[in-house]
Amino acid sequence: MLKIKNLHCNINSIPVLKGLNLTINPGEVHAIMGPNGSGKSTLASIIAGNENYEITQGSINFSNNDLLDFSPEERSHLGIFLSFQYPVEIPGVSVSNFIKTAVNEHKKINNSKELTSTELLKLMKSNLKLLDMDPSFLSRSMNDGFSGGEKKRNEIFQLAMLQPKLSILDEIDSGLDIDALRVVAAGVNKLRSDSNSFIIITHYQRLLNYISPDFVHVLNDGKIVKSGDAKLALELEEKGYDGL
Amino acid sequence: MEKKDEKKIIAEITEQSYKYGFVSKLDSDTIDKGLNEDTIKLISQKKGEPEWMLEKRLNAFKLLKTMKPPNWANLKFDEIDLQNIIYYSAPKKKASLKSLDEADPELLKTLNKLGISIEEQKRLTGVAVDVVIDSVSVSTSFKEKLSELGIIFCSISEAIKKYPELVKKYIGTVVPPKDNFFAALNSAVFSDGSFCFIPKGVKCPMELSTYFRINEAGTGQFERTLIIAEENSFVSYLEGCTAPQRDENQLHAAIVELIALDSAEIKYSTVQNWYPGDKDGKGGVYNFVTKRGIAHKKAKISWTQVETGSSITWKYPSCILKGDDSIGEFFSIAVTNNYQQADTGTKMIHLGNRTKSTIISKGISAGNSNSSYRGLVQINRQAKNSRNFSQCDSLLMGNKCGAHTFPYIKVRNKSSVVEHEATTSKIGEDQLFYCNQRGIGNEESIALIVNGYCKDILQKLPMEFAIEAKKLLEITLEDSVG
Repeated sequence: MLKIKNLHCNINSIPVLKGLNLTINPGEVHAIMGPNGSGKSTLASIIAGNENYEITQGSINFSNNDLLDFSPEERSHLGIFLSFQYPVEIPGVSVSNFIKTAVNEHKKINNSKELTSTELLKLMKSNLKLLDMDPSFLSRSMNDGFSGGEKKRNEIFQLAMLQPKLSILDEIDSGLDIDALRVVAAGVNKLRSDSNSFIIITHYQRLLNYISPDFVHVLNDGKIVKSGDAKLALELEEKGYDGL
Repeated sequence: MEKKDEKKIIAEITEQSYKYGFVSKLDSDTIDKGLNEDTIKLISQKKGEPEWMLEKRLNAFKLLKTMKPPNWANLKFDEIDLQNIIYYSAPKKKASLKSLDEADPELLKTLNKLGISIEEQKRLTGVAVDVVIDSVSVSTSFKEKLSELGIIFCSISEAIKKYPELVKKYIGTVVPPKDNFFAALNSAVFSDGSFCFIPKGVKCPMELSTYFRINEAGTGQFERTLIIAEENSFVSYLEGCTAPQRDENQLHAAIVELIALDSAEIKYSTVQNWYPGDKDGKGGVYNFVTKRGIAHKKAKISWTQVETGSSITWKYPSCILKGDDSIGEFFSIAVTNNYQQADTGTKMIHLGNRTKSTIISKGISAGNSNSSYRGLVQINRQAKNSRNFSQCDSLLMGNKCGAHTFPYIKVRNKSSVVEHEATTSKIGEDQLFYCNQRGIGNEESIALIVNGYCKDILQKLPMEFAIEAKKLLEITLEDSVG
């Protein structure tokens, strides 16, 4: 599904990724861990199409498309979803209006019928339940005045609504208390399937107690330096990155 | 699958041409260019006005000759040559029409092109529409229904003839000719406009609406609107504008006067979309408007405006809160693009005790445009326990536009409270990227963000108008991205 080959990139002429390789198959959950500044969030941004990064070498292939040729919204239409580490606020735009616009843009691109307000509301309500959220949430402004936990739930809520093929969760656990973490993780687990894949970027092994990954990769200095299964995360918890 | 960046988005926004740029071929009755006493006499004569009205006009003209255009606004434009303007133009088939069937078919076509189907509006919204095309009211609807309630809604010319006592009593009392240069000009040469009278205790059951439209090339339009709401009455009045594309600048200097007697409420909403000039800033309407209302005891005046057009906007809808416990409100969205300039805001003059005012202003600047908020909150010594809340927000798109805020606050007693908040923000790359990531293209994203930003104000507009205003905002910023 996703094939990243020898990816190099710069931000403001400073190299951040230095030859990264990663392959993800349908249904797999990959965790990416690594110290601060190792390039984890950069990787997420690049897959989503953030143009502040200059790709100097390498390729990203997604479902037989050369992803680097696609704009951010086209990548979204292809089925890529990024759960942001810091979701932005859009004052005055309600969650329901935002989601409605997003969902219907996807429908338009795929030549399927746009959902009516009633159909959407039904879908929204069932997904809210999944994340233990109150329906009043729908009429609030996007991320405006949201707590850290609410912002993260809102990200997963959108994920549930858009049903992407590849979801990248960038530090979904930061700023979450343990109860919220459980709810969010449970939500993600319900959305897992044989055809959907996830990239989970995190600092802490704790999240992986709730969402068990098929693979764990350690990113350091712009490259994947070690890969393994879920046990690798436990090892990291014990020894730290320096212990590798 | 091209890559898009913010710079490109902004560049392309500025390249959108005006959608309503067309000239309709109405058979017009036009007088020669130029301004002197004879011009004024001719206007008055053509309108069949009584002597007292002509006198008022001539007095205003005398004042005008001693005055100069104001130059304190944050606006740059060439001097206006008053001698190079046509002061009167009326569709030939004028006078009282009972139904639309009697109207000029060309005129109806124009309205349809604008999407303003009167029939549709009447049927769907229950709005009584008094259409002013080039100065003369051509059709007035729902008049009969309104008259059952004692409400008068007609052109100002008709009112001068039919209700001279009312007009005489109130015209020029809120905006006297000496108020400013453009007020004097309007008072001398005003061509037509609307008159509205709501008697004691009557709540006007429908939104009263007038569409203004400059139509004759080179014709300045000088509307005069007078709204009187007697004790305990209520009226909601809508004014909307679109104008055809022009090469030369068109001068527009209107006066709107509102009088809200004890416990009356007037809600005045405007959507202004005069031709803003092309993408190089050529042409476009100069809009110098004096709008002011006076609120007596416990009365309320509320101005809501969406300003998307004109190459120059100079406009400060104001409230004189004369009576105790009176309330003034001003809600404004001003969008400037290309080389448009807007200097707009409000004045809240608190004279009565416990008077309250609220100001919410949202400016959006794109392209090379400049937008200024200029507001005065004045609380006089005797206006004890008065309050004002002001919020002025500016949203910038790109790096070439400007937003400025000039709040003037004068408080002359210690029991009153004034609050002022101001923010300036930019449509951020991060906001756009966030929307893009969810599959929403740049154009849609900008519309979404801008509509969100303006939501508080759009909500103040009557429903049908809010939809139209939202559309206008989108049109203004449409085609902005490829």
